[in-house]
Amino acid sequence: MGLAHTPDRATLLDIYRKMTLIKQNDEKSRAIILSGKIPMVYYSPRGQEVIPSAISVNLKATDNICTIYRGTHDMLAKGVPLKDLWAELAGKSTGTCKGKGGPMHITHPASGVLVTTGIVGSSLPIANGVALASQIRGDGGVAVAYFGDGASNIGAFHEALNMAAVWKLPVIFVCQNNLYGEHTKYEKTTAAKRVADRADSYQIPGVRVDGNDPLAMYDAAKTAIDRARAGDGPTLIEAMTFRFYGHVFGDADRYMDDGEKKAAMANDPVPRFRQWLIDNGHSSDADLSAMETAVGKEIDEAIEAAIAAPFPDVAELRKDVFAEEIPA
Amino acid sequence: MENAAASKSQKVNMIQALNMALHEAMEKDKNVIVFGEDVADPEEGGIVGVTKGLSTKYGELRVRSTPISEQAIVGAAIGAGIVGMRPVAEIMLMNFTTVAMDMIVNHAAKLRFMSGGQTHVPITIRTATGSGLGVGGQHADYYEAWFAHVPGLKVVMPSSPAEAYGLLLSCIEDDDPCIFVENTLLYFAPGTPPVPGTRIPLGKANVIREGNDVTLICYGPHVAPSLAVADALSQENISVEVIDLRTIAPWDKATVLASVAKTRRAVITHEAVKPFGVGAEISSVIHEELFSQLKAPVQRVGAPYSPVPYSKPLETAFMPGIETIKAAVLKTINR
Ligand SMILES: Cc1ncc(C[n+]2csc(CCOP(=O)(O)OP(=O)(O)O)c2C)c(N)n1
Ligand SMILES: [Mg+2]
Repeated sequence: MGLAHTPDRATLLDIYRKMTLIKQNDEKSRAIILSGKIPMVYYSPRGQEVIPSAISVNLKATDNICTIYRGTHDMLAKGVPLKDLWAELAGKSTGTCKGKGGPMHITHPASGVLVTTGIVGSSLPIANGVALASQIRGDGGVAVAYFGDGASNIGAFHEALNMAAVWKLPVIFVCQNNLYGEHTKYEKTTAAKRVADRADSYQIPGVRVDGNDPLAMYDAAKTAIDRARAGDGPTLIEAMTFRFYGHVFGDADRYMDDGEKKAAMANDPVPRFRQWLIDNGHSSDADLSAMETAVGKEIDEAIEAAIAAPFPDVAELRKDVFAEEIPA
Repeated sequence: MENAAASKSQKVNMIQALNMALHEAMEKDKNVIVFGEDVADPEEGGIVGVTKGLSTKYGELRVRSTPISEQAIVGAAIGAGIVGMRPVAEIMLMNFTTVAMDMIVNHAAKLRFMSGGQTHVPITIRTATGSGLGVGGQHADYYEAWFAHVPGLKVVMPSSPAEAYGLLLSCIEDDDPCIFVENTLLYFAPGTPPVPGTRIPLGKANVIREGNDVTLICYGPHVAPSLAVADALSQENISVEVIDLRTIAPWDKATVLASVAKTRRAVITHEAVKPFGVGAEISSVIHEELFSQLKAPVQRVGAPYSPVPYSKPLETAFMPGIETIKAAVLKTINR
């Protein structure tokens, strides 16, 4: 295939474990919303599992990401603990953000999730600042900004790419191109044939990769991350993918072409990679099944704990606005 | 479609009323154009369907789904407005207006004045917001006080479907930039259908309910709870006059001051954060003009000084409701 980097067996299995975690977490999220037990606004990442999984195996625990409302896959791949995540989704005091942030703003610095934004395009400029600090301190850290195809049309994208390029920041811009921004098709709103082409304007590497192919994604990620760590500056990666459950959960998908979603779902990257691992002798059906069962159990436990956990006290409204509590 | 719904139930919701207004405006004046994210029919005519049918009827030359580029959306509205069109730009949620602040504040608001009246910006920016839907800190803010603080912008917030219809048409036909703020919870509440062709003038408040003891000033989503408070207090022989401001900037001082001169007590309520909110300005003016006539200090109701929280109990505590409004009214009469 002509890839510069290929993951070893342990890494391949790590990528698959992350993908499984994301897929099952999504299935359980949709089920729990439908059950009414945890009502929440939910932007499903199902179908986009490969991208952060193949990237995160190249990141250190101390590396940081900035992501978006459609970001549970990015968070889980980076290592946000399930219990903390689920308690936040349920709005509980034990959540990552004490229940104050919610699904669109999960934050967990301990695992390198510094910002989750609900504003299109805002992850990029902030990731630049995180990378700038690493550059100044010389700590070898890299930052990843995740965002969608639609975000490449907002000013913040262009400003951030230019600044990262002139300052040679250790940042990787990862555009998860799922072909739609809300209900609008990519071609209708984007002049560039490929988001990756936009890197040319800023004279940085821009690569388009099949974001549903773990090996290609791993290769592109490792190349970009190595380059950033070596002090050679940013890369724009455009990872091609598709979201299986529309923009927001409950979306009727009427703006899509007939069969478009079905075709993407038939090409589900998760079972495809599973089969590839077995066919190539990296694992067995039994071993993978055991891992999948264990992952499912872990998620179930996190959900149960979230449901049982207490809600925050209303006094919390006066805390964390500033460092000092606001007097009652 | 909206007509069928109207005749069946005799009620329409705000989405349908706004849709009627946009159809009427586009039909009447070919200079009216509509653009924003997802607004055309292939994209389902807006996230809740306010712009449904417009692109099919008037064509994608006049009705366009845009890139996610708020700055470019408002900039294009300004440019087209200067040369005589009447753009209605949609910024999906009020929080996203922040991305277009330069265009709104430095340009739309001031071009008339800075050009000595040679140019003007007859645009309407439709946007929506509201807490109560569990969307957290970046999708439910109210910035009406920010915009009201910028000379040159008109700020309008409708309280019912019929109000939305009449006020939106007035904004579109107005020669200055209007920020038209829809409420995400009110979208789905049914109300009396608008009478086609009616306009509700900008800058004129609506005395919805007359009373003698206290004036309760409100707008947008706080009109219904204010009326409920007035109802409840009438059981206790307290007579509350309720004023729907309709236009926040420029606000109808004459109507408000005349009412408070009569009742000699006033409360202002809004869903926006209380400190530095619209209530502060209105309260100050009442004190400046009517201090010696007041029987009690003017009271203000608003959300606490915090970003909109996600967790349900926190969000409920954050949103001022009927009980808070009622307590503020009672405070003015020492009960
Ligand atoms: C500045 C801004 N404008 C509009 C929105 C509303 N909005 C939320 S997600 C979205 C689509 C984003 O599409 P894309 O960047 O492709 O990401 P995807 O959701 O497909 O992952 C829009 C328009 C927003 N959150 N922020
Ligand atoms: Mg997209």
